[in-house]
Amino acid sequence: MSERGDSLGTSVAPAPYTLLSKPAGNGSQPTDLLEISMGPQHPSTHGVFRMDVVLDGERVVKLKPIFGYLHRNHEKIAENTTYLASIPYTDRLDYFCSLTNNWAYCLAVEKLAGLQVPERAEYIRIITAELTRLQNHTCLGGFLLQDMGATGTPLMYAFREREKILDLFEELTGARMMCNYMRFGGCRCDLPNGWLDQAKAVVAEFPRFLDEFENLLNENEILMSRTQGVGVLSKELAVNSSITGPMLRATGINYDLRKVDRYGIYDRFPFRVPLGDHGDVYDRYMVRVLEMRESLKILEPALRDIPAGPIVDPKAKLRGFRPKAGEAYGRIEAPKGELGFFLISDGSPNPYRYRVRPPSFINLTILEDMCLGQHVADVVIILGSVDIVLGEVDR
Amino acid sequence: METVEQIKARVEAAVPGAQLEIVRNGSPCAQHSIRVDPEHALAVARFLLIDPLLRLDYDSNVTAVDWLDAVTKETTKTKQVIDGVERDIEQTSERTRPGYLEVVHHLYSMELKQGPVILRLRTANRTDQTHVPSLTPVWRGAEFQEREAYDLYGIIFDGHPDLRRILMWDEFKDHPMRKDYVEPDDYEYEPTPHDEVLEKAKQHRAGQLK
Repeated sequence: MSERGDSLGTSVAPAPYTLLSKPAGNGSQPTDLLEISMGPQHPSTHGVFRMDVVLDGERVVKLKPIFGYLHRNHEKIAENTTYLASIPYTDRLDYFCSLTNNWAYCLAVEKLAGLQVPERAEYIRIITAELTRLQNHTCLGGFLLQDMGATGTPLMYAFREREKILDLFEELTGARMMCNYMRFGGCRCDLPNGWLDQAKAVVAEFPRFLDEFENLLNENEILMSRTQGVGVLSKELAVNSSITGPMLRATGINYDLRKVDRYGIYDRFPFRVPLGDHGDVYDRYMVRVLEMRESLKILEPALRDIPAGPIVDPKAKLRGFRPKAGEAYGRIEAPKGELGFFLISDGSPNPYRYRVRPPSFINLTILEDMCLGQHVADVVIILGSVDIVLGEVDR
Repeated sequence: METVEQIKARVEAAVPGAQLEIVRNGSPCAQHSIRVDPEHALAVARFLLIDPLLRLDYDSNVTAVDWLDAVTKETTKTKQVIDGVERDIEQTSERTRPGYLEVVHHLYSMELKQGPVILRLRTANRTDQTHVPSLTPVWRGAEFQEREAYDLYGIIFDGHPDLRRILMWDEFKDHPMRKDYVEPDDYEYEPTPHDEVLEKAKQHRAGQLK
């Protein structure tokens, strides 16, 4: 007889927060439910993220995401510093895509203060943002397959390509990931000599990698059977739950902010928006692969036609910047979805309110709905297909 | 898309009793917003969702703003006759606007590709009456964002299906995004003797000696 009471285990102390209505394992139910905690230190959670999962055998009955382990109150930090000083902090949100974070923030400030961006800077922004999208989607493909058990090979192929793009970023901004490159009214520095030729070479080489990647994986039987029909998300639920980005388009909704808002100069480039059909994990994977091909269609003419000229609006005053009282919401199509910044100015050098609309945080809303009834092994893949970054989820 | 004035007029016709007010935005992007009274917020939200001209099916951004008590000084000049001589007398009157918490929704339409329409809801004050209705029954996308506003600002969303803290841990007491938030005195030894570190250590010791 153990010290904890009777050997049937009915006197288990209640946990402070549990999804089970009664403790598991007391033998009173036909099948015992099992509550497990996946994470926070689980290799498939891409950071410190925890899921409280209740299982009936192998099937998921309940799932609650728990996060905030990386919470640093990014918004409070930004409200206590100047507009210029928050730009490096935005790098740390989605640390895979620091350049699109910079752009979204700068776009919101430009709307708030009515700044114009010179033509050359707009081209540089589009080039860097699409390169960011390429490296984000390649890595996501690699990580997704890693989660599925294809250990090593696809991820290493993806990282090999990402490395070439990060080299370009390093040469342009001085940093591989924390780029801190854009400024309201333009960009921080001009392109170094020969950078355009290097970028052209990377873009020209990229389709070969995509062909290789797609040949290897698209019709791979294991990939198809693990992902098709898994984690299905309906159109109605996706729209109602504010899902954005490739996850939304995989359900078949045509909503890409590059087409809807036409921010920057995206209206000058012909590209199409790939859409999915079923809203399952396979469609989310395919939408991202096809989006990479479309990004190349933007990059080629942008690298060719980029004009000479200034890269910062001469009227933009970076230091001592005090926009008039007012508010603005600016949003862009980041690789993970709609990234928005909401700023309220009261005329002082710091924003009165600074809010980040994080796409991967909101895309987690329906994680439970997608996982219900699925196998526990598929939860890992479904979470992988959401494409979260904890720097942005927790902020 | 319709202007905020047109939307306001149509909402008032469709939802009887709703009190709407247009909040002007002084920045060049001119994103004006509509303030809705909490009692009719759900009915207004349902109207905006199903109205065929608007179809605001996408609640993009939900957030909160903390407005502290504001004191505005007004000086009025009056002429009074004192001892038979007319004199200008300046009177300063202080008007206190009580603080409140505000919830801001940025609504778009994915179907008609338009927006934003910005809805604002205000609580009665910042201390004990911080209730507003939850719009999660209308837009599920507000679920996590309202939990975040509850966590960081202390706004209680009536009708929310699962109102728990989301970023801070459950035992946490205060709401850290409020403007008057004071961080707890959890001073730990910091090896860098910057002035502010020394000041913090001094205050910590003073608090312990009491």
